[in-house]
Amino acid sequence: MRAPAIILFLYWSPIIGAPPAFAADSCMTCHSAMEEGTHGPSTLIKNDVHIAHGLSCADCHGGDRSSDDPGVAMSKAKGFKGKPARTAIPKFCASCHANPDIMRKFAPSERVDQYELYQTSVHGKRLAAGDTNVATCIDCHSVHDIRAVKDSMSPVYPLHVAETCSRCHSDQVKMAPYKIPTNQFEEYRSSVHWEAMTKRGDLSAPSCASCHGNHGAKPPDVESVAAVCGTCHVLFAQLYEKSVHQPIFSGGVPSGPGGGGCIVCHSNHGIHQPSTAMLVGPHAVCSECHDAGTAPAQTAAQMAAWLDGLDRALKQSETVLARAEESGMEVSEAQMGLTGGRENLVKARLALHAMDPGEMRKPIDAGMAIAKETLDAGQAALREKNFRRWGLAVSVLLIGIAILAIRFLIRRIESNENREVRGPQQGPL
Amino acid sequence: MPATEPKNKTLDWLDERTGWRMLRDLADHKVVPIHAGTAWYYFGGITLFLLGIQVITGVLLLLYYRPTVAEAFDSVRFIMTRVEFGWLIRSIHSWSANLLILAAFVHMFSVVFTHAYQRPRELTWLSGIALLGLMLGFGFSGYLLPWNQISYFATKVGTDMASSVPIAGPPIARFLRGGDDVGAATLTRFFAFHVMILPLITFGLVGLHLLLVQFHGMSTPSGVSASRLAHMKFFPNFFLRELVIWYGVLAVLGTLAAIFPWELGQKADPFASAPAGIRPEWYFLAEFYTLKLIPSHVWFFEGELLGLLGFGLLAAGWVALPFWATGRNGEQRARLVTGAGVFLICYLATFTILGYVK
Repeated sequence: MRAPAIILFLYWSPIIGAPPAFAADSCMTCHSAMEEGTHGPSTLIKNDVHIAHGLSCADCHGGDRSSDDPGVAMSKAKGFKGKPARTAIPKFCASCHANPDIMRKFAPSERVDQYELYQTSVHGKRLAAGDTNVATCIDCHSVHDIRAVKDSMSPVYPLHVAETCSRCHSDQVKMAPYKIPTNQFEEYRSSVHWEAMTKRGDLSAPSCASCHGNHGAKPPDVESVAAVCGTCHVLFAQLYEKSVHQPIFSGGVPSGPGGGGCIVCHSNHGIHQPSTAMLVGPHAVCSECHDAGTAPAQTAAQMAAWLDGLDRALKQSETVLARAEESGMEVSEAQMGLTGGRENLVKARLALHAMDPGEMRKPIDAGMAIAKETLDAGQAALREKNFRRWGLAVSVLLIGIAILAIRFLIRRIESNENREVRGPQQGPL
Repeated sequence: MPATEPKNKTLDWLDERTGWRMLRDLADHKVVPIHAGTAWYYFGGITLFLLGIQVITGVLLLLYYRPTVAEAFDSVRFIMTRVEFGWLIRSIHSWSANLLILAAFVHMFSVVFTHAYQRPRELTWLSGIALLGLMLGFGFSGYLLPWNQISYFATKVGTDMASSVPIAGPPIARFLRGGDDVGAATLTRFFAFHVMILPLITFGLVGLHLLLVQFHGMSTPSGVSASRLAHMKFFPNFFLRELVIWYGVLAVLGTLAAIFPWELGQKADPFASAPAGIRPEWYFLAEFYTLKLIPSHVWFFEGELLGLLGFGLLAAGWVALPFWATGRNGEQRARLVTGAGVFLICYLATFTILGYVK
């Protein structure tokens, strides 16, 4: 009795080491032997989030992992399900992921409505109709090496979502039967959103799923585009709602562009940095609807001139203040004021979306006042710098004269002394 | 009273009550020996002149400075931007503080190399060294007063060093900071040190130092008999020459203040991370760099503690210089002192430069 107890103790003791992860898992034992040197499930599964939570092959595929006999381990009597059919995959995953009682044990804060959402998605609906080419859970999340969304190596980590979607949506052969474009990823990669995500490292920047949804993915309806953009661009959406363009861009006016909301001017996947060139000039988006010389085109030109004028004025102040600072002048107060000027420029760009020149004029006027104030401060600092230099020159000159006068005085005193006393006495100066 | 002096009832009245002619007689009889090293005598006067500049500009800054965490930075910015010539006063105060410490160091080394510390001038040496320490104290306490990012973190580093000394260190650091960390209490304390406690001690010590210089007269190089040297009268001959130099120093100060006004920086933010490459003022840089070079642990001791112990022993040896420079039989160890002086200058210069470069 004592010997087995010692062996058991040694087996579990830290000297010998913890038991291997799949000690009693016959699935791993057999598949590892079969798949050596390949990328089969037993190799991939080592990185899987399910394994990290203590689950194993049998928890998804059924069967008896404790039996070394393949016939028993993979018998239907033991609940073995094998590889699910492609159409069955969402339900297969949902058996746990839609069950709050199970999910609470492993990830209490995890949502359990993915399957429900999937069924409302274009992917889900087509799969239900028997189209097995559409994406299921494993096409986005991978299979056997499924990683948590927050894992930077996961295909659905924010930085990789667009690329994951593009694996199918940029494939012309795959997309041909659905007659949908395949340039979305290419356009998205030229957008400000991609730049924010990849260059500035802002993982909250939108990618495909942010606008289209993830499990319930579908293109936003034309009338709901503004609502989609307004999720992040809240103030812009509020002003746009009040604008003259809202009913026209929502498809409510027969002679209008037929809907599209924000994307009428800003495009959808390839959203570029907006500028006043969108309002006036050869590439103005306004000119696509409004002919040159018409009142709306003139209003657009006027608003562009205001924005450019404020931007120029602020840059001029910035340059003058930078010169003053380089000269050693204290201009930090004026530089702080410039921040207020820049805020007004942002407010003016925001107010533009209401298409009301009166609303836009308020931040423009406030910004111009700050630009003037800070420019005056910068110019005053440069004048002060010149005054200091002149003051220094005059002071040094006066000091020089004083020094010469004292030297003259010393000589006179010492020549008088020399006349009185024999022997010259020269100091070191 | 000299026979040639015309009678002046007012001056006579004043002399009868104050005895001011005694001071004039002292000045009339004070002489300065003329030799190859006479130029070194001017550095004591330069240091005194710069101290005077510090007192005047410091009092002017006090008219506007407000020693609270909420107001200190803004009040210094107000001085720099709104007060007429406030920028000049503050820049001169800051530049003059640096030149003052430089002049004090030059004065000290001139005393070492001309062996002017020898008997009977040991107390003159000790009061001078104490004054140099006070000047460094002025520099350290004044640095925090603008309450900007650099000064805040430099003070944090400086007081942290003090706390690493065993037993006495933590209470000293706590006394300096007025708490566990640099904060509002530290600013108030440093202000009190800078404008009240240190000036009171300094004025007393300057008085003693000048009295001792007057009492012993100007020292002459060792081995040269004072009677064989030519002399010039202190007043007006030497004083006028000193005046020329003071004017020159004033021109340098004005130039530095006008062309390189002292920076204000960013307001201190205790929650921000320390600025990159933070280091103390140049006069503490050699020690700071040395401490950086010492490994964190040397044998059983903490490296920083060992460094501070070394500096403490070095400083104690330097203060006691007049006593070990004279042998039991009265012979002078002039070569040893000169060697120690050269070594100290080389060390300070090299490590200060390295501290800036690295």
